[in-house]
Amino acid sequence: MTDATLVNEQRRHIPDRLEGPAARLAKRWEVLLLAVAVAIFVANSFASPYFLNAWNLSDATFNFTEKAMIAFAMALLIIAGEIDLSVASILALASTAMGAAAQLDVGVPVLVLIGLGTGLMCGAFNGLLVTGFGLPSIVVTIGTMSLFRGISYIVLGDQAYGGYPSGFSWFGRGYAFWVISIELVLFAALALIYYVVLHRTNFGRAVYAIGNNPTGALFSGIRVARVKFVLFLLTGLMSGVAAVCLTSRLGSTRPSIATGWELEVVTMVVLGGVNILGGSGSIPGVVIAAFVMGLVTFGLGLLNVPGIVMSIFVGLLLIGVIALPRLWGMWRRR
Amino acid sequence: MLMQVDKKAEVAVAPVLALSGITKTFPGVTALSEVSLELYPGQVTALVGENGAGKSTIVKVLTGIYQPDGGTIRLDGRAVTFPSAQAATAAGITAIHQETVLFDELTVAENIFIGHAPRTRWGLIDWPAIRARTREILDRIDAPLDPMTPLKELGIASKHLVAIARALSVDARVVVMDEPTAALSQKEIEELYALVERLKEEGRAILFISHKFDEIFRIADRYTVFRDGSHVGSGLMADVGEGELVRMMVGRSVDQIFPKRTRAPGDEVLRVEGFAHPTEFDGISFALRRGEILGFYGLVGAGRSELMQAIFGITRPSAGTLTVGGQAVAPRSPADAIAHGIVYVPEDRGRQGAIIGLPIVQNVSLPSLAQTSRRGFLRMAEEFALARRYAERLELRAAALDQDVGTLSGGNQQKVVIAKWLATQPRVIILDEPTKGIDIGSKAAVHAFMAELAAEGLAVIMVSSEIPEILGMSDRVIVMREGLMVAELEGEDLTPETLVRHAAGIRGTA
Repeated sequence: MTDATLVNEQRRHIPDRLEGPAARLAKRWEVLLLAVAVAIFVANSFASPYFLNAWNLSDATFNFTEKAMIAFAMALLIIAGEIDLSVASILALASTAMGAAAQLDVGVPVLVLIGLGTGLMCGAFNGLLVTGFGLPSIVVTIGTMSLFRGISYIVLGDQAYGGYPSGFSWFGRGYAFWVISIELVLFAALALIYYVVLHRTNFGRAVYAIGNNPTGALFSGIRVARVKFVLFLLTGLMSGVAAVCLTSRLGSTRPSIATGWELEVVTMVVLGGVNILGGSGSIPGVVIAAFVMGLVTFGLGLLNVPGIVMSIFVGLLLIGVIALPRLWGMWRRR
Repeated sequence: MLMQVDKKAEVAVAPVLALSGITKTFPGVTALSEVSLELYPGQVTALVGENGAGKSTIVKVLTGIYQPDGGTIRLDGRAVTFPSAQAATAAGITAIHQETVLFDELTVAENIFIGHAPRTRWGLIDWPAIRARTREILDRIDAPLDPMTPLKELGIASKHLVAIARALSVDARVVVMDEPTAALSQKEIEELYALVERLKEEGRAILFISHKFDEIFRIADRYTVFRDGSHVGSGLMADVGEGELVRMMVGRSVDQIFPKRTRAPGDEVLRVEGFAHPTEFDGISFALRRGEILGFYGLVGAGRSELMQAIFGITRPSAGTLTVGGQAVAPRSPADAIAHGIVYVPEDRGRQGAIIGLPIVQNVSLPSLAQTSRRGFLRMAEEFALARRYAERLELRAAALDQDVGTLSGGNQQKVVIAKWLATQPRVIILDEPTKGIDIGSKAAVHAFMAELAAEGLAVIMVSSEIPEILGMSDRVIVMREGLMVAELEGEDLTPETLVRHAAGIRGTA
């Protein structure tokens, strides 16, 4: 007992961390996911002789670059405990707005600004409804999902916009050098920016705090509503960026553009290790998840697997990868 | 049944429930090491120990939530196991938890009978029977509640009554009460004591867990002390003194006396004038000086927390002005209040105070990120340095600063919350029930620390419902009742009697 008293009287030193960087890294979700990505890559290269071809692989990146751009912003939103299911509809509306403008023979910079501006306005509308009126984001964005795409259908009906200026195709079809596309460069740049924002800034810290405990964050002086509003703006903006890329790549706009993408984006985010209930997750995880999904769809495409079967594979992959660690834990506890 | 206890009969009866040699380990921790516990019919056994001593674990073992790794449980002398919570309930063991697990959207009657509702012969729920039996149980405990009221319309004290009624509805022979008075006002506590007496008379065995010594000495017949997962002693309350019990609990003698302070109030830092809120409080005016500890006493629901949250910018007052350091301010958010040097340690630690899921270091640095970062970019080294400075000053018990704050005990979580605010170098710190539900060692540390802060010139407001704490710590006390300031007491006027009299609104000469 006297020992305890003595220890009590001195100030105890508390170490920063118990484990070294290697031990902490080994426990991370991203490491497991990276292993899955490598396994899929190796399996694909055995399954098809056309897989290990630089141009084919380059084409494969288009399966995920545009979705991943939205997924970065969506990851932040989900970590903060909110969600935006209207992203694909924002993309459609932004594409429609660009298409309408293209009919008036405006220049490429104006087209891009219209695409991004439409995204921002849609994001602001979602953000206002959620933070200003305190409505649940899942309900709000299911509503705006129908609303935004509905406007596209009213404008276009069964028509399509084409006639984009020739310089516009640079975003979706241009290459920076060799097989590296403009989209892939943009994807990498955005990954880096979102990595820094989420993991290296005060804003990113606020996102985690809000996701873990919104009341506690408010009581700690975080301007919770403002942060959430900015996150909806960012998600809208990224949907606008994706709209520019996809419209440029396709060269035309139909109201059905990017149908169902919202779920693929959410799948990518969750596969990347972001907790759907908020509070945890990382950008590197989402980046790896983007590659995993891209490789799976590309590999199955090379094997002539139809799209419907492919979505079954992606669904099973999601459930499998999410359930695996939990099953492993249950098995070990026996 | 076997245990028809004759009133005033022989006290030396056999225990209803006897646990012996119970061991429970979790990865890396031995929560219980060969502990024993005996509960006797018609008697209250107090289980005492610091936070982390294993009290909650033993409750979970005897209510079937945890399976012990070793040891035996005997019910009426027969060895039994409780593989599930249902099995424990069927054996007549029921628990009223620290945070009662009830359903806000259901009625009082539904809450009481959920899981064991009487059925009609068609297998459907027998609503008339539920209502009648609820009425009967509520009458038995003198609870003035309507069985059909939705639970969400009740206050916390009434919810406790519902939890107790639920315990009685299964005809429990063993009732576990885990800190039942933590959220209750003095009057409600008295009612609970009366209820415990009635349960004793009915021959039920009661396990009573509490941090409050006055209530242990008042209602317990026996005691059992745990320390660090081990059994250190048990016996009759009549044979033990307060000091001895504390020594058993902590393994050392803790100075239970409040820190001595010399009163030297400085300049005025905070002035509240005519603060009002449509429903919670009205006509609140007071001033606070540097180096002063101002106590706010009142019953639960007197509007003290609501007033403090208005000062902190959570809710906006409908009238009144706030002056900080001579400058009129109107905080529209906690961020504003913090910028003006006002910080608030909330009563609801888990929801409003700590951010569980984030490590200690990030909890501490959260309101100070403007200082630790550069141009909005985090600087981890600065954060760790800041967190270490305050964590070590508060003698935080943690393995490392990157540990999740949720893995700490209640007392240490509270230290993290206090550290978080001190790191912002505030002018006014408001502590709302700062030692509620924390162990005696941490409690003394928090008290000593408050005294130290005041001595350094910080202005302290302490909201507390514990009379010894209010008397021991405050220079001056404002008593609130039903949203109004009913008294401001200091010096000789500050006695337990005057506090209770004003808080409860009892008229007459002091």
